[in-house]
Amino acid sequence: MIGIAVMYLLLIGGMLMADVFYSVSNVGWEEFKAILADEYIQASVKLTLFTCTVTALLSVVVALPIGYLLSRYDFRGKALIDAVLDIPIVLPPLVVGLSLLILFNKMPPWEWIGIDGPSFEEMFGKIFGPFMPEGVDAGITYKVPAVILAQFTVAAAFAVRTMRNTFDQISPRAEQVALTLGCNRAQAFFRVVVPEAWRGISTAGTLAWTRAMGEFGPILVFAGTIRGRTEVLSSSVFLEISIGNLEGAVIVSLMMVTIAVVVLIAVRMWDQESRKKFVL
Amino acid sequence: MIAVEQLSVRAGDFQIDGISFEVPTGEYGVLMGKTGCGKTTILEAICGLKEVVSGKITLMGRDVTRLRAGERGIGFVPQDGALFATMTVRQQLAFGPKVQGWSRTEIDERVSELAEELGIESILERKPFGLSGGERQRVALGRALAVRPQIICLDEPLSALDEETHEGMVELIRSVVKQHGITALHITHSRREADLISDKEFFLEKGRLVEIRD
Repeated sequence: MIGIAVMYLLLIGGMLMADVFYSVSNVGWEEFKAILADEYIQASVKLTLFTCTVTALLSVVVALPIGYLLSRYDFRGKALIDAVLDIPIVLPPLVVGLSLLILFNKMPPWEWIGIDGPSFEEMFGKIFGPFMPEGVDAGITYKVPAVILAQFTVAAAFAVRTMRNTFDQISPRAEQVALTLGCNRAQAFFRVVVPEAWRGISTAGTLAWTRAMGEFGPILVFAGTIRGRTEVLSSSVFLEISIGNLEGAVIVSLMMVTIAVVVLIAVRMWDQESRKKFVL
Repeated sequence: MIAVEQLSVRAGDFQIDGISFEVPTGEYGVLMGKTGCGKTTILEAICGLKEVVSGKITLMGRDVTRLRAGERGIGFVPQDGALFATMTVRQQLAFGPKVQGWSRTEIDERVSELAEELGIESILERKPFGLSGGERQRVALGRALAVRPQIICLDEPLSALDEETHEGMVELIRSVVKQHGITALHITHSRREADLISDKEFFLEKGRLVEIRD
């Protein structure tokens, strides 16, 4: 058993070390600086940080109530809802992207039953269009909202699983005591359950963030890989490979690894500090 | 007074029907029965934590059957204490008064009073992790008493304690409850514990409840 575990750990370590040694032996300092100075790569880094953060926040907001309901309540159809929540995880990524494209751009729910009406894309444009700066179109498909939606669809499913496991491990007794002491359900949840679930919440957020950064298939289909507009780091790797620049792709990959590690460490440190300082 | 009339409660697939009993004001009632017979379900229904199918629960002359838990004026001490994991003992004791809008001075006074009465002054700044079984139950008792309830419900509060701590806690609980004129309902499966602490004893078996000591 130890042998199997060691082999898998060697595979993970080997993957990362291969990237590092390939960069060191094939990429010069000048090439490295050129990639970092590339305006499209810089825009890609900024868009990645922005979309992943929005996705992680949205995922936690959605995962908290769903995870709590699944953990604490039994109701008819619970098994079905549980299975539906796994669909984004098990579906092929390109199918997720294609389904989002059809839902938001081609065929909204009312058209399924023969009622004509605007698509989500058109509705979004009408609502947010007046607020957009001149020359910027409000829309979803092939724009930043599509990147976030594509990331969110998959990342939230992982966050929900994490939150459900977290709530499963917290006894409902403490909440019940809070209810007898005068709390309503919302107060018991925010004053007692959320502080106890804090570690799980930060894990769910981190998982959603890193998962969002690695998302590619749904983004490719739903948001495209338009340089400087919907290009995130995962698309940058793809674009660099597609123009035969393997060295550039490796450097961007290393950037993604570095960002993921920094985010993980930062969240863990913040988590430790907030746990120490947390006072109701 | 705790008065339960023809109570029916459901917990998942399990249902208990036609339960009636009464604990007079200021007395200490103990409800006994084997594991899984429905004792905790009855206690949770009285506390407002389980929905009642039919029947009536009256506390100190007030029909509370449909009131939410926080409106019933009950202190609840669960089996394992169920302390709030992220709060210090001081914060646990202050929790109820704070939720109910007491002033800072009133809360501080009440916390000091309880800490002295229950002998937990030295652990006020500690969190639950690392507290002994006896300390945890003292804190849970203090947290339940903090808002000065007229009724207290205890769900096997002493089952996890060693013999020496157990005897000390029996004495402490009974003296605190009697001193403040609180009406208590205590669940246990230990006949010895019931005899030590109770004024009234009830036994629940096969869905039927009988009074065995008055």
